[in-house]
Amino acid sequence: MDGGLAHPRVLEHTDRDPQKPIPQEAEVTAGCRVEPGRSYGFFTDTTLCIGCKACEVACKEWNNLPADNLGMTGQSYDNTGRLGAHTWRHVTFLEQDARATSMPPFQSNWLMMSDVCKHCDPAPCLEACPTGALFRTEFDTVVVQQDICNGCGYCVPACPFGVVELAKEDGKAHKCTLCYDRLKGGLEPACAKSCPTDSIQFGPVEELQRRAEARVTDLHEKGQPKAYLYGTPGAPGTGKGLHHLNAFFLLTERPELYNLPPAPARPARNARPSLLSGLATIAGLAVAAALVGVGRR
Amino acid sequence: MPSLGATYGRGAATLPQWDLANSDCVLVMGSNMAENHPIAFRFVLQAKQRGATVIHADPRFTRTSALADIHAPLRAGSDIAFLGGLIHHVLEHDLWFRDYALPYTNLSTIVDEEYQGPEELDGLFSGWSEESKRYSPQSWQYQGVMMPSSLAEAFIETEGFCEAVKRLHEGPTPKDPTLQHPRCVYQILKRHFARYTPEMVERATGCPREVFLKVAEALARNSGRERTGAICYAVGWTHHSTGVQMIRAAAILQALLGNVGRPGGGILALRGHTSIQGSTDIPTLYDMLPGYLPQPHALKPHQDLAQYLEAETNPTGWWHNFPKYAVSLLRAWYGGAGNKENGFGYDFLPRIVGDHSQLPMTVAMRDGIIKGLFVMGQNPVVGGSNSLLVQRGLAQLDWMVVRDFAETDTASFWRDGHLVRSGELRPEEIGTEVFLMPASLSGEKAGSFTNTHRLLQWHDKVVDGPGDSRSEHWFTYHLGRRLKSLYADSTREEDQAIRALTWDYPVDEEGEPDAEAVLQEINGYTWPERKLVQDFKELKEDGSTACGCWIYSGVFPEEGRNLARARKPDGPDGPGTHLGWGFAWPDNRRTLNNRASADPEGRPWSERKRLVWWDEDKGEWQSPDKVDFIPTKRPDYEPDWEKKPAGMDAISGHQPFIMIPDGVAGLFVPSGLKDGPLPAHFEPVESPVSNPLYRQDANPAAKRWEHADNPIHATGDPRFPHMLTTYRLTEQHSGGTPTRLVPTTAELMPEGFCEIPTELAASLGIRSTDWVVLSTARGEIETRALVTDRLQPFRLDGRLIFQLGLPWHYGWAGYATGDIANVLTAVVGDPNTAMHENKALTCALRPGRLPRGKGES
Amino acid sequence: MTERRRPRRSLTRKSAGALADWSVPRQLRGAPDKTKAAESAMSRGLRPRLEQADKVGTSICPYCAVGCAQLIYAKDGKPIHVEGDPRSPINQGTLCPKGAATFGLMLSPQRLDHCLHRAPGAGEWRRVTLDWAMDRIAHLAKRTRDEGYVARLPDGTRLNHTLSIGSLGGATLDNEENYLIKKLFSGGLGMVFLENQARV
Repeated sequence: MDGGLAHPRVLEHTDRDPQKPIPQEAEVTAGCRVEPGRSYGFFTDTTLCIGCKACEVACKEWNNLPADNLGMTGQSYDNTGRLGAHTWRHVTFLEQDARATSMPPFQSNWLMMSDVCKHCDPAPCLEACPTGALFRTEFDTVVVQQDICNGCGYCVPACPFGVVELAKEDGKAHKCTLCYDRLKGGLEPACAKSCPTDSIQFGPVEELQRRAEARVTDLHEKGQPKAYLYGTPGAPGTGKGLHHLNAFFLLTERPELYNLPPAPARPARNARPSLLSGLATIAGLAVAAALVGVGRR
Repeated sequence: MPSLGATYGRGAATLPQWDLANSDCVLVMGSNMAENHPIAFRFVLQAKQRGATVIHADPRFTRTSALADIHAPLRAGSDIAFLGGLIHHVLEHDLWFRDYALPYTNLSTIVDEEYQGPEELDGLFSGWSEESKRYSPQSWQYQGVMMPSSLAEAFIETEGFCEAVKRLHEGPTPKDPTLQHPRCVYQILKRHFARYTPEMVERATGCPREVFLKVAEALARNSGRERTGAICYAVGWTHHSTGVQMIRAAAILQALLGNVGRPGGGILALRGHTSIQGSTDIPTLYDMLPGYLPQPHALKPHQDLAQYLEAETNPTGWWHNFPKYAVSLLRAWYGGAGNKENGFGYDFLPRIVGDHSQLPMTVAMRDGIIKGLFVMGQNPVVGGSNSLLVQRGLAQLDWMVVRDFAETDTASFWRDGHLVRSGELRPEEIGTEVFLMPASLSGEKAGSFTNTHRLLQWHDKVVDGPGDSRSEHWFTYHLGRRLKSLYADSTREEDQAIRALTWDYPVDEEGEPDAEAVLQEINGYTWPERKLVQDFKELKEDGSTACGCWIYSGVFPEEGRNLARARKPDGPDGPGTHLGWGFAWPDNRRTLNNRASADPEGRPWSERKRLVWWDEDKGEWQSPDKVDFIPTKRPDYEPDWEKKPAGMDAISGHQPFIMIPDGVAGLFVPSGLKDGPLPAHFEPVESPVSNPLYRQDANPAAKRWEHADNPIHATGDPRFPHMLTTYRLTEQHSGGTPTRLVPTTAELMPEGFCEIPTELAASLGIRSTDWVVLSTARGEIETRALVTDRLQPFRLDGRLIFQLGLPWHYGWAGYATGDIANVLTAVVGDPNTAMHENKALTCALRPGRLPRGKGES
Repeated sequence: MTERRRPRRSLTRKSAGALADWSVPRQLRGAPDKTKAAESAMSRGLRPRLEQADKVGTSICPYCAVGCAQLIYAKDGKPIHVEGDPRSPINQGTLCPKGAATFGLMLSPQRLDHCLHRAPGAGEWRRVTLDWAMDRIAHLAKRTRDEGYVARLPDGTRLNHTLSIGSLGGATLDNEENYLIKKLFSGGLGMVFLENQARV
C-alpha cells in the first residue's frame, strides 16, 4: 500500500509543526532543490490535466493578481480567455468528440492545457527590452523587474506567444515570474505546487526534459501514439531562433488547437537593436523613475 | 448512508482515499470526481499510471470522463438498471469471487417463504400497503429469524420483534452452502436480476450494450485474489428517490467481486462539505444521537430507557454494546442530573414523531409551524429544493439567525429575493426579524473536521476572524449560557432538561470555549472522576463513564494527546496506512472490514493484496492497519450455541462484518430499508418515460410532499419534455457563498448557465451565451446557454430524450451571480434518507428571458 | 473587486535607486544576459513572503470533504498566505482551485465584521452589537420554544419537544461545534427540526 507516502525529509517535521517554511520545501513537493546557477522551468503534461484551474487560482493568490472578470465567454469552460497582465496561468479548453465512449488512456476528447510564459531561451522579450527590466535570473528564468520597467511595451510584440502585456493600472509589463520570490526561498512555484494531478511539474529543465521524453515513450506504449513534446530542443515550438522553452509541454494534438504557435519566431536576432533603442529612451527615464514610485494596487 | 450501513454495517467510506492508488480498476459513478474532489482524483490517476482501468459512468461527459479509459453514458436516474446489469453479468457468467463471497456475505442464507420480489409482483416487494404507501419488512426476514438492522434504527415495527430477534442467540442463521435452495439469497439474486440483461441495460439507460459489456469485463477482470477494484460515488447517487438503492446495488456488486475490506478495493463515498461526515457522526440531524444511536421516537417502544435499550440493542454482533454507548452519552449530556429514576436523563430527551428533515422543514416553515430558524454555514435559498417554497417559508418566520462569513442569499431574501423581485411581497410585508452574524473560518478557530474517509483532522486557530466574527463554539456556548440563566429558576418539568445540561467548558480570555475540552467530552471519560478513556471498549452501561460520541472514542486517549492533531505520515518505506496522521473512526481503523482481506483461515488472499493476517504464534491478528475485528479471535473460532452467546461471542472467526448481527455482508437486507431488501430500477418521480422494467414507474415508497407550492410533474408530461440534472462545478462550491464571494474563484465560472445538447440548441436556435428560460411547475429561471456535445441525447424506446445540465451554485450574492437552479426543483425524496431528487427531473426550455417583475427596476 | 486587504506584492514594492540599477550601461559593458549583471535592487532583496510569518498554523481546507491539510502563514495577527501542507498523505502540498483560494476566502472583500439586524418589515440592515444580538436571540429562542413546547401527547406519551424552532447547518462546522449544537438544541431545548447539508 503506497498511496500518499511522504518524502523522507517530511519526517523531520512531524514531531512539531513547522514554525517557518520548511527549508528547501521544493525538495519535498517537487523532488528538487532550488539552487542559483541551474536552469529551472515547467513541464506541463496535458495528458494529466483535469482543467481544474487550481494553477490559475494559486498563481493569483500568491502573486496578488486581481480578477479580470471577463464574464462568461461561451468557449467551453474557459472564462479567463488568455494569458495577460493579470493572468499568468491560463487553462485552455477544447471540446472534441465528447460523445466518445472508449478513449486512449489519459486526457482525451476534451483537451485541457495550462498555458504559461515559456521562459524562452533565448528570450525575445528580454532582447527587445531597452531598459534591462526584463532579465534572466540566476534560475535561468525570465522576469520583468518592476522597479525598472518603464512601460515602453517593446517586449509585447516581441513575445512570439503573446504572453507579455502592459497592465492598465501601472502601464508596466507583467507576466509569469516563475515565482522568482519563491525560488529564492527554495519553494516550488505556486501553480506547480498546487496542481492536484502533477500535470504541472517544476524542476531543473534538463531533468524535466528527460522525464518528459520518458513520459512520451510511456504514453506511446500505453496506447496514446499522438503524444509529443512542444518546446524541447528541436521539437515543435522551437527553431527560428528559439533553442528551447524552459516551460514546455506534452501535447497530443496540433499546437494550434491549444492556441500555441506551431513555429514561433524570434523577431530580434540579438540584443543590440534593443540596446540602441534603449539608449534612445534615456530621455524618458524621468518618466520611468516617476512610475517606479507608483506601484500597483 | 443507510445503504453501506445496511450492507456492510457502517454507513461510511470503506477505504482511505490514498488507497485508491492501489486499485486495479476504479469505477467513478454518481460522481464527477475530477471536478468535485480533484485531490482524491489524484490517487485515481496514480493508479492509472500503474495500469489501472478508469471508468466513468455518467449522464455527462465531464472532466472526469476526459481522464477515463471508458465513458459509459447513461441517462440520469437509470443507475440501478446499469448496476443491476453488472450484477446480472457477474452472476450469469460466474465471475464472482466465490471463496470470498460465499463465507463473507449472506449469499447462502435462506429467506422467509413469504418473500416475493418485483419479479413476482411486477415492481413491488411483498409487504406493500397501498393504503399507508409503506412496506412491512416482515416477509423479508430470514427463515425463522428476525434480523434487526445495524442502522441507527434497529427496531422495526413488526409483531413480536423484540422476542423474535432473540433467536439470533440460538444458532446461526439458516444457510445452504450449496446455494441450491430456491430461497437462498444467491437464487433470489439470480431471479431478481434476471431481466437486467445487456439489452435491457441499453434500453433503460441509453448506454450502448457493447460499452456496458466493456465495463462489466473490466470490473470482473480486476477482482479476485490478486486484483481489486474500487467504486467512488457522490451525490450523483444520493440525490435520487432511489438513491439508497443505487448505492446498495454497488455494495452488492463489490461484495460479490470480493473487493470490500481489501487494499485498493471497496466503496469510497465522496462527500461534499468539509465535515459532512462529522456532522452525520455527531449529527446535527433530527433522527439520530451521536454515534448512530436513534433519536427516541414517540411512536416506538422508546418510552423509557429500559424500553429503548431493549428495542434497539441487537442480540448479536458489535451493536450488542449499544447500552454502554447510550448511557455514556446521557451521562455526558446530563451529568449528575441523570439517575436511575430518569434513566440517566433519558427522560429529558425530545422525541421525534415523524420526518423532521429539511424537506418537510421547508413545508413546515411555509405552513407557519416553524417560527424561528437558526442557519449556520448553510444557504438554503440556493441549496434547498423548491427555492420559492423556501423563500415563502422564510417570509413566514418570526425570526431567523444567519451565521456566515458574509451576507448570503438566505440572509438577504427579504431584500433581493424572488418574492420581492416578482412583486409577490414587498419588504415591508415580510415580518421576519433577521440577524446576520459574522462567523469565523477554519483558520480562525480551533476544532476538528471529519473527512470523507472518516478521518478526524484538527485545525488550529492561527488568526482572529475580523471584528465580531465568532466561532459556532462561541455562539452556541454563549447562547446556551444565556438560556441556562433565563431558565435557572424554573421549576417547570419542561425546563429541567436545559437546567440539567452539562455546560461547563473552560473559556479563554475572549470567551471562546476550549474546543479540546469538548473533544475530550466526545472522547469520553470516567464519571465522575473525568479520567479520559482509552477507547470505546472502556465504556460502561452503569453510568460510570461519559462519552459524547462513542465511535470517536480514542481520539483523545490521555491529557495532551489529541490524535486528531497527529501529523506523522508514513515515509517512503510505508506501510501506507498513515496511522500517525489524524484519527479515523472507529479505533483509528483505516480500512473497514479489513478482516476480509484475509481468507477464512486467516491468510492474505494474495501477497499483492496483503493487509491483515492471523499469526498463530502470537495468537493475534497482524496488520499495518488497526484490525477491524477482535484482535485475538482465532479464525477458526465458532460460537458455542449451547451457551446462547451474545454480542461478539456469536460472531465466528471468519465473519468480518462485525456490525451486522450475523457477521456477514447483507446482499439481501432483511430490515432497515424502507423500499425493499434489494435494489430495483424505478424511474425518477419526474421522468419523460415509463419504466421499461416494471409496471411500477417510480419508487412506490418515495417521499412526496403534496403542497400547492410544490406541484409534481406526471410521468411523460408533454409540457416538460426534457430531463434536467443539477450539479456542481470544480470552480464553485455548494451554495456558492465561499467561492462566489472570492474574486479568484468567482471569475472562473462567473455566471450561471445551462448546458444544452447541440441538437436541441440547434432546433431552438440557441447559441452559447444566449439567454434561455427553464421552467417547471414550481417556477421559472433565466440563465445563459452553453451549447455542447458533452451532453448527449438518449434514444429510449425510439424516442429522442434530451437532457439539460444546470450547475446549482448561483444566486444573487457575490461576484459570480445567476438565477437559482433550485427554483425549478421539487420537494420529493428518497424514502430512507429524505434526500431530494435534484439529479433527475423534467423541465421545459425556451430561448429568451423572463419578463421583468413589478418589483424589479 | 481589485480592492484587497492583503500585503502588497513584494515585486511591486517601492524601490529606491532604480536608476542605479538600470542595466543598459552594464549591458553596454558587454555583460552576458545570463549573469546577475541585470539584477535590480528589488530583485536582489526579493524573498518569499512566507519568511515574514511570525506564526504558522496547521489547518484543514474548509471546502469539500477530501480533507486537504493546509499551512496558514500569519504576520501581526493577519494571514499572509495559505498553502497545502506538504506533509499530508492526502494532498501532499497540493490544493484544488477552491482550496487554493482559501487565502482569498479569509480576506474576501465581502467579509462581514459586525452584526446586522433587520427589524420586521424593514427595508435595510441596522448595525447592532454582538452582545445585543446575543441577548435578543436568547430571548426570542426562549419565547418561541416555550410557546411551541409540547410535553406529552394526550395519551401521556412523552414528547419533550418543540416544533417551533428549526436549525439548518453543520456540515461546514467543526465536530465540536456540531456536538454543542446538538446537545443544546436537542438535549437542552427539545428542538427536533434539526438538520444539516447531509441531505442536501
